[in-house]
Amino acid sequence: MSRRVVITGVGAVSALGVGAKALWDGLCAGTCGIAAPTLFDASGFPTKLAGEVKAPDAPPASFSAKDYVPKSYRKAVKVMARDTDLAVAAAKLAIEDAGLITRGSLDGAAGQTTYPGERVGCQIGAGLINAETDELSAALATATNESGQFEYWRWGTIATEKHPAGVGGMNNLQPLWMLKYLPNMLACHVTIIHGCEGPSNTITCAEASVLLSVGEGMRVIQRDAADVCFSGGAESKTNLMGTLRWTLLKHLTPCEANADPASLVKPYDPASKGTILGEGGGMFVIEEASKAAARGAKPYCELAGFGASHSPPPGYEAIRTRSRLSSDEKPHDGIVYAIEAALGDAKVNPSEIDAIVPYASGIAHVDANEAAALRQVFGSRLKDIPLITVVPNTGAAVAGVGGLQLAAGAMAVREQRLPARIHAGSCPSDMQADPVSARAASLRCVLVVTSALGGQNAALVLKKV
Amino acid sequence: MPSAPPVVITGMGWVTPLGSDVDSVWAKLLSGASGIAPVTRFDATTFATNFASEVKNFDLRHFLGDVAPHAMASIGTQYALAAAAQAWKQAGLARAKLNGRRFGIYLGSGEGPLDYTNFNAANIAGWKADTRTVDGAAWAARALPAMTVEAETEQEPNLTMSHVAAEFGCRGPAFNCMTACAASTQAIGEAFEIIRRGDADIMFAGGSHSMIHMLGMTGFIRLTAMSQRRDDYAHAARPFDQTREGFVMGEGAGMLVIETLDHAMARGATILAEIAGYGSSADAFRITDIQPEGKGAIAAMNQALRQAGISPRETGADGRPQVHYISAHGTGTKENDKIETAAVKGVFGSLAPKVPFSSVKSMLGHLIQAAGAVELMTCVKAIQSGFVPPTMNLKTPDPECDLDYVPNAARDLRTQGGVDVCLSNSFGFGGQNDTIVVRRWKP
Repeated sequence: MSRRVVITGVGAVSALGVGAKALWDGLCAGTCGIAAPTLFDASGFPTKLAGEVKAPDAPPASFSAKDYVPKSYRKAVKVMARDTDLAVAAAKLAIEDAGLITRGSLDGAAGQTTYPGERVGCQIGAGLINAETDELSAALATATNESGQFEYWRWGTIATEKHPAGVGGMNNLQPLWMLKYLPNMLACHVTIIHGCEGPSNTITCAEASVLLSVGEGMRVIQRDAADVCFSGGAESKTNLMGTLRWTLLKHLTPCEANADPASLVKPYDPASKGTILGEGGGMFVIEEASKAAARGAKPYCELAGFGASHSPPPGYEAIRTRSRLSSDEKPHDGIVYAIEAALGDAKVNPSEIDAIVPYASGIAHVDANEAAALRQVFGSRLKDIPLITVVPNTGAAVAGVGGLQLAAGAMAVREQRLPARIHAGSCPSDMQADPVSARAASLRCVLVVTSALGGQNAALVLKKV
Repeated sequence: MPSAPPVVITGMGWVTPLGSDVDSVWAKLLSGASGIAPVTRFDATTFATNFASEVKNFDLRHFLGDVAPHAMASIGTQYALAAAAQAWKQAGLARAKLNGRRFGIYLGSGEGPLDYTNFNAANIAGWKADTRTVDGAAWAARALPAMTVEAETEQEPNLTMSHVAAEFGCRGPAFNCMTACAASTQAIGEAFEIIRRGDADIMFAGGSHSMIHMLGMTGFIRLTAMSQRRDDYAHAARPFDQTREGFVMGEGAGMLVIETLDHAMARGATILAEIAGYGSSADAFRITDIQPEGKGAIAAMNQALRQAGISPRETGADGRPQVHYISAHGTGTKENDKIETAAVKGVFGSLAPKVPFSSVKSMLGHLIQAAGAVELMTCVKAIQSGFVPPTMNLKTPDPECDLDYVPNAARDLRTQGGVDVCLSNSFGFGGQNDTIVVRRWKP
């Protein structure tokens, strides 16, 4: 008998606020969290808005991981990148939401943790963390010649025959500088704070990262290597390097700082010129079902199915030309494979899916591929299946996006309610992506699916408990 | 639940600082060769560590017929493609009729190096010394026209897998993990679990990485994790020696083809070894330090041994320990080698001194995310050949490192019953521990 896995805690951070409730309330109200960024200067880019994480009516800079770590751990916050800040906060919120006692929640006080450390796993999806330009620029600027150009010898510290004295520009970086930017630091800080000594992993598959991490956590519990996992992920690309890369990819819709934020991201609109970058993500407490029931936890839903696949993606020209698709393959087949694998794993037919939480990015070719896959799986019934869209409200949180999708899906199943959608463009007639208000719904099975720029696809099936 | 199928290794390929052919590099490892030399990739002359173990004379065209689709790929991705091509060839997959949806890939590949010329220039252009802030408009004005979508996108850590999967037709479960120095061991372990579970029949598993670039070297120099033996670099990698002072940076890739026994038999593949067990744990201790008793390492080793059905404190029927060789993480840092030694004792008890336990990092340097895959391959070669590779440069014994590290010369175990079971350890920054047990396949 296979071990069943349920979601018992949700923590989300996004432009709609800190906490799953803030995300849910914002989605239901049709709020858009996109605004002029305050943590970096976007004025040099064609796209001048972004979805920074912030509490409602509070500036993004007021968000600090210090508020989400035990007192004894506050000193460590200075070696956390913002990606880690976001994951650590989301993890704490998810753990609290699940009603779990961990080493972190005890923070040295006497008491018993809900689970022994070796039965707690942690799988976190992360991106390539961009180094903070302030610290790096200050250091690099010390290693330049008279014309202002960087010179390698000035960066080192050792005097050589050729260079009587290296000036040691690199010494302007704090000694632990690199540890701030290793992608596994999201998971490492979470495991250290909360005492997770079981299997731990960091998945770096761009937009598919969170669903892959949660899927892997589910497998870890199913194979009895842990009873509970803290799984999910987060990323912040709302910075100079992230914006640069997505600008070069032509993924971002050009807009001025005074544009109407709610009008920008238009999923499945063929005329869409791109999306808006967001940041954030979601962390989840996933638990073996009987253990969760025994401690009286109230699950959001069952994690009933998981599927993953690869297919050469349509998103990046260099890869498309090397795609080597065989003559009977289509570019969206990989997404279909992931969905079919998740449905099969959950023993659910496409006809039983009551709602879908797709990536719905607003990037026209990515959306077209996703739409083709959904049409292939659901056929003419697709037009009858409500879609839950998140990116128009939060911006595209890259590796964190799956966390926001999954949080929205889990909340919808628990609340038996569909959130509102915002959309200022034109939608295909066979897909429910157009604007609508929040409304009650009977949701037994919900599909969450996303695909990454590199061709990685992942899908989860959520079932009402 | 039906019992999980045996998972076997049918193909292997690597790209290492000692070469890119499995058998010739293995011979070099048995002879104690070193891949370490001054850095040539960039001007590191004033860096406290100015040497590394670089891959030399690498050309992807020696491995793939058409390299045009990979022309912009990062150096690590090119290493991964070359390693995958070798594994593909050895496994005989060109002749196999594979179902793409049952063909997965799990890599522990690292990010590609930055476009330093333009990255550094943009950061300097943006820097305002008077306010000590970065002017985003000036930064973007320098960066946007100069940087290219190819160079930036190819740095993303999922792109290595994209290239390999596209080249060889993987359409099944696809993951890339980055758990620092444990990544490719973890990738192989998780791929093994995916196959055991029935989510795929066959997978590429391994990893690739190069951090021999400006900020990669800088990061480890600032952490004081690397040896600074500038005047004696050939002997700088000295795991378990009392005078060890840090690791030596290497680079490369290691790739396996693993599949269910049935899938391998059905297509008539040659079985190289069986993957018998996998363990993964977190120290949950500190981001900079290893848990002092090696608690996490012990947990990972014990999980892997339990899954393999091996009791580490009991001898086998032949009176030998049941594990015949341990491939150490053995980085050559003060802390790792001492604690890994304690952890091996914690697992094997009084049998620990009887298990040969060596570090090929003494010759190859530390291949970072690729290290685990390459080291697991040395275990398979040990099983095939009956020899175990040495730990070189071990001249001054450390009282806290008192196990059998196979010092300075390879050992022929053929007269003692050969090598049937090996354990390979990989530990990453932040307390990531992964262990795999491989075993001679006996039908």
